[in-house]
Amino acid sequence: MSTLEIKDLHVSIDTEQGTKEILKGVSLTIKTGETHAIMGPNGSGKSTLASTIAGHPRYNVTGGTITLDGEDVLAMSVDERARAGLFLAMQYPVEVPGVSMTNFLRTAKTAIDGEAPSLRHWTKDVKAAMAQLRIDADFTQRNVNEGFSGGEKKRVEILQLELFKPRFAILDETDSGLDVDALKVVSEGVNRAHAEGNMGTLLITHYTRILRYIKPDFVHVFVDGQVVEEGGPELADRLEEEGYDRYAKGAGAASIAAAAAAAQA
Amino acid sequence: MTDITTEKARIGAPSAQPFINGFTEEGESLSPINSAESKAPLAGASAKSHSHGGGVGIPDSSRAGRLTSYNLADFKPLTGMEEDWRFTPLKRLRGLHTDALTGTAPEVLVTAPLGVLVETVDRNDKRIGSAAIPEDRVSANAWENFTEATVITVPAEAQVTDEISVLITGQGTEASAQHIVIEAKKFSKAVVVLDHQGTAVVSQNVEILVGDGADLTVISLQEWHDDSVHASSQQAKLGRDAKFKHIVVSLGGDLVRMTPSARFTATGAEVELLGLYFADAGQHLEQRLFVDHSVANCKSNVLYKGALQGKNAHTVWVGDVLIRKEAEGTDTYEANRNLVLTDGARADSVPNLEIETGLIEGAGHASATGRFDDEHLFYLMARGISEEVARRLVVRGFLNEIIQKIKVPALEERLTAAVERELAATNN
Repeated sequence: MSTLEIKDLHVSIDTEQGTKEILKGVSLTIKTGETHAIMGPNGSGKSTLASTIAGHPRYNVTGGTITLDGEDVLAMSVDERARAGLFLAMQYPVEVPGVSMTNFLRTAKTAIDGEAPSLRHWTKDVKAAMAQLRIDADFTQRNVNEGFSGGEKKRVEILQLELFKPRFAILDETDSGLDVDALKVVSEGVNRAHAEGNMGTLLITHYTRILRYIKPDFVHVFVDGQVVEEGGPELADRLEEEGYDRYAKGAGAASIAAAAAAAQA
Repeated sequence: MTDITTEKARIGAPSAQPFINGFTEEGESLSPINSAESKAPLAGASAKSHSHGGGVGIPDSSRAGRLTSYNLADFKPLTGMEEDWRFTPLKRLRGLHTDALTGTAPEVLVTAPLGVLVETVDRNDKRIGSAAIPEDRVSANAWENFTEATVITVPAEAQVTDEISVLITGQGTEASAQHIVIEAKKFSKAVVVLDHQGTAVVSQNVEILVGDGADLTVISLQEWHDDSVHASSQQAKLGRDAKFKHIVVSLGGDLVRMTPSARFTATGAEVELLGLYFADAGQHLEQRLFVDHSVANCKSNVLYKGALQGKNAHTVWVGDVLIRKEAEGTDTYEANRNLVLTDGARADSVPNLEIETGLIEGAGHASATGRFDDEHLFYLMARGISEEVARRLVVRGFLNEIIQKIKVPALEERLTAAVERELAATNN
C-alpha cells in the first residue's frame, strides 16, 4: 500500500509578462487502489498539477510538498520520480525522431526495473499488450510517436502504463481527442492496470465521458488553481448536467475571470 | 559587387537589371547571366568554355557561373576570401592548395563481387574526365598531379547485391593526389563504399557515371586518423531515369572538405544526397554540395545532419541547388540539421536555391541548428531514463535518420557503433 500526498502545493510559471501563479494551494491524497478524477474548466491548472508531479522544468514549485510514502518527490529529478513509480500519461506526447519504439520501451523498462527484462518474456508481453490496445505490430519498428495519429499516441501512452507498472498513474486528459471506440480501448487498458491492485490513479479530464468507462472513487473539481469541491462519483454526474458555470458564479472575482478566459479559449 | 546585387543576381530577380529585362511569357525572371548560354557544364555541347579559360558569366553570382577547368593554372591562388573557401582554414590544408601533390596516394584496395570490373589505369585513359571537371583549385591540383586512377565498372544490367568495398588507406602526411572513376552502366544496380582510413593529406577526385536506368549508391565514409586532411570532389553525371544515392559520413580527420555534386543529362533521373557528420573538438568538417537541374522532370532530395561537441568543433554545410530555365517539372528539397551538444562549437549552414523557371513541381530548402530539445529529454526522462542515456538516445536518434537510409546492414551497424564511440568520448 502506497500513498501519494500533495499538500498546499503552489506552482508558478515564468511568462513574458512576468511570473504567473497557477496552483494556489492544492492538497490531495491518493492511495493504492483508489481512482481520483480531477475535473475542471480549461485553464484551471489541472495539467499543471500533472506536469508538476512528473517534474517538468517549466513549472516552479513555490510552496507546499509532494511526497510518495513519505519520500520528498520534489527533491527528485524527473527520471528518479519515474523510477520511484510515478507515471504521467501525457496530454501531448512528443515525437522523438530516430528512436525506435522497441529501443525506447526496453530502455525505459530497464531503467525503471533496474535490470533488463528477460528478452523472451518482454517481447511476448509487449506483443500481448499491443494486441489488447489494438496497436499494429509494426509500431515497434517506428520511431517514438513519429507520425502517429492523436489516438495512436494516447494508446501508446497506455501501452507504457501497462508495461511499466507504476505505483501511481497520472492521466493528463488522455481522453481528449479520442473517438468513442478509442476511448473504450484506452479505458480498458487503464482498468486492466488498475485491476492488478498495485496502482493508484489520478485521472485528469475536462469531460465526464471517460468516467462512464473508468469509475472514480473520488472527484475533485478544480477552478482557478484550487480544489473548490470534492465528493464521490455522484459529483461527476452533477457536473455532467450542470457544467462548470456555477463554480465561476459562486467563487471570487479571480475565478470568474478565469472562467471567462476559459470560455473564450 | 556589393552584397545586395550579389543576392539579387543569385535569385535571378529582375531588379538586379535595369528595367524588366529577363521576363518571359511565364512571368518568371531569368538571370541574363544564364539565359543565353545556359547548359549543363558537362551536358553534350557545352556552351560553357569548359576546359580552358573558365566559365561564362560572373563568378560568385550564380552557381552556374563558377569557373571550371582541368588546368590548375586557370585557378587563382587562394586567399580565403573566395565565396567557396571563406569557411575553410587554409593554413590547415597542408599545401593541398599550394604544393605539387607528389606524396604517395592512399592505397586503394577494392573488394568486389564477381562481374564487377576493377582496373588501374594511367591518366590518359579515355574515361578520365567523362563525369567531372574541377570546380576549385584544390580539385584541379589533384587533377594535375595524379599518376594513376582506379576505375570500377558495373556492367550493363548487372545486379550486384553485395556492396563493392573500396578500402582507401592513407600513406602518411605528404600532400598527395588521388583519382577514382565509378561507372554503373545502363540498368545495373550496385552499392559502392569508399572507406577512408589511416593518415593522409590528399586531394581526391571521384568521377561517378550513372547510366540510363541504373541505380547506384555511393557511400563515402571518412574515418581518418586525427591528423588527416582530405578534400574530395565527388561529381556524378546521371543518365535518363537513373537513380543515384550519395551518402557522406564524416567522423575522423583534422580537416575534411567534401564537395559532392550531381548533374542531370536526361529526364526522369533522381538523386538523393545524404550526409552525416560528427565533429569533435578542433575538427573542421565541411560539405558543399551542388545539384544542377539542367533538364526537365528530375528529382533531388538532400538531407545532411550533423552533431558537434567540444571547443572549436566546426562544421560547414553549403547546399547549392540550381533549377535552370529548361528544367521544368523539377522536384527538389534540401535540408540541413545540426545539433550542437556543447559550448564552443560552431555550425555554419547555408542553403542556396536558385530557380530560373516557375514551371516546377516543387522546390524547398530548410536549415536548423539547435541544442537539445528539452521536450524530448523530458519525455524520455519521465519514463525513468537518466539524462545521460536520454541525451545519447536523442543524438543517436537524430543521426539515425541518416543511418537508417543507408540500407546496408553491416555498414549501419558499424556506423551506429562509431557514433556510440563519438558520444562516449565526451559522455553525452
